[in-house]
Amino acid sequence: MEPKPFSVHAIREQFPALRQKVYGKPLIYFDNGATSQKPQVVLDTLAQYYALENANIHRGVHYLSQQATSAYEAARRSIQQYIGAKAPEEIIFTKGTTDSINLVAFSFGERLQPGDEILITAMEHHSNIVPWQLLCERKKCMLRVVPISKKGELDLEAFENMLSEHTKLFALTHISNTLGTINPVKDLIAKAHQVGAKVLLDGAQSIQHLSIDVKDLNCDFYAFSGHKVFGPTGIGILYGKEALLDTMPPYQGGGDMISKVTFERSTYNTLPLKFEAGTPHIAGAIGLGSAIDFLKSIDMKAAAAHELELTKYAQGILDTFEGLHIIGEAKNKTSVVSFIIDKMHPFDIGTLLDKQGIAVRTGHHCTQPLMDFFQIPGTVRASFAFYNTKEEIDTFVAALERSMQILGA
Amino acid sequence: MTIQEKQQEIIDEFAVYDDWMDKYEYIIELGKSVPTLAPELKTQERLIEGCQSNVWLATELKDGKMYFSADSDAIITKGIIGLLIQVFNNESPATILQAELFFINQIGLAEHLSPTRANGLLSMVKRMKTEALQSLAQ
Repeated sequence: MEPKPFSVHAIREQFPALRQKVYGKPLIYFDNGATSQKPQVVLDTLAQYYALENANIHRGVHYLSQQATSAYEAARRSIQQYIGAKAPEEIIFTKGTTDSINLVAFSFGERLQPGDEILITAMEHHSNIVPWQLLCERKKCMLRVVPISKKGELDLEAFENMLSEHTKLFALTHISNTLGTINPVKDLIAKAHQVGAKVLLDGAQSIQHLSIDVKDLNCDFYAFSGHKVFGPTGIGILYGKEALLDTMPPYQGGGDMISKVTFERSTYNTLPLKFEAGTPHIAGAIGLGSAIDFLKSIDMKAAAAHELELTKYAQGILDTFEGLHIIGEAKNKTSVVSFIIDKMHPFDIGTLLDKQGIAVRTGHHCTQPLMDFFQIPGTVRASFAFYNTKEEIDTFVAALERSMQILGA
Repeated sequence: MTIQEKQQEIIDEFAVYDDWMDKYEYIIELGKSVPTLAPELKTQERLIEGCQSNVWLATELKDGKMYFSADSDAIITKGIIGLLIQVFNNESPATILQAELFFINQIGLAEHLSPTRANGLLSMVKRMKTEALQSLAQ
């Protein structure tokens, strides 16, 4: 399908949530890093599924079950194409990014030996830290952390020094949810592979901002959440190279992931169902497929350019504020502007912005080690999507000025 | 004044504010007037950690009445603390235990006491009641 020419106005029309008012003011939704709003077509898909297409999948002989199974598997193929995976067997439906990472930590982690090393970075989200901590405890491995600069960029020299034949897996975020930093993942993946390490990309923030081609990136795993890419909550994807997934034992046991069950032993299904135990979030998967199809109708290059422009515009204005410090000034970043203001607590700023209709996030953004590194209690974070506008940023700036007046007086 | 009357007084104070921003300006002014807790009182035991902001609570029992002093690193939280202290100070542990905090809801600040807020306030109220219970047991 040919994408339509990019028009923020035309896109906004498709998102009913953006038309609402909060506290009597038009909602300005700048919390897309936490979750995205949903286009009408996804809402319609969900309603339609439950009204007319609902049935359990992979096990029925009747019409509805075949319809539901077809729709579920069509969503899988659509997602496979969208991220450039070679086969649908490489696309596992999970509950979300956190679930996907836990799956890899458990299942890939089974092969680890004492003394093996897992490498992560100092800018990771808790979901890409804690599963590895749990794994290292279980398997007596070492967790090592690639440091970052005060600008929020990876120390590439330190990274190379930390790689060795002990490194079994490197798990890193593609785009930082707190800093907006875009990591040079293609290069990093190539270097990690040279020492025989596998690489997991946390794509929670990149799936909606960049064009993803997993073959080109050559990552071994790529994880993302449906709700951050205009789809429903409770559904996500783990992409894994087929040959690698084939060597991994099951994560959860139950229906669908089996081939044959007896009380003596059970045998397991082939990919992708080996990793999809139990009845999945069928509506969620189909809804996610619909969200991905929606993205195919958008000129994503233009959308990405628009988001970058918004980021630069916001950052440019905020840079002129006295006492305001941007946290995350990587040369290569997008869609996230995190900041703190001298003598003002992020919670106070966020609350006053909220009462003026502006939704931002405050706090540690599930990156407590990052806050410790910058020695701050938290930040105010504005995170943009392609449906945000410069006018919204102007309103946000005025509201921020007013908030600062009240707090500073 | 009874605890009910104290709460009603606060509700009446807030009734003049229609606009959310005016309401919050008032809370922030209150927050600025709450005395800061002396640094030596900001101990680990007195700290109530929230996801968004921290709260410190110091308690005293004198002649059968409870006195609280508290602090927060966020000024809005501190403002609400000021109101809570206004209500609970100089009351017996039994009164505090039985007290129903209806004023927070009435002035439109229920969100600040909801668990999702994770700003330490809800935990602080719980701790005030716990300390009241402990004082009762003494």
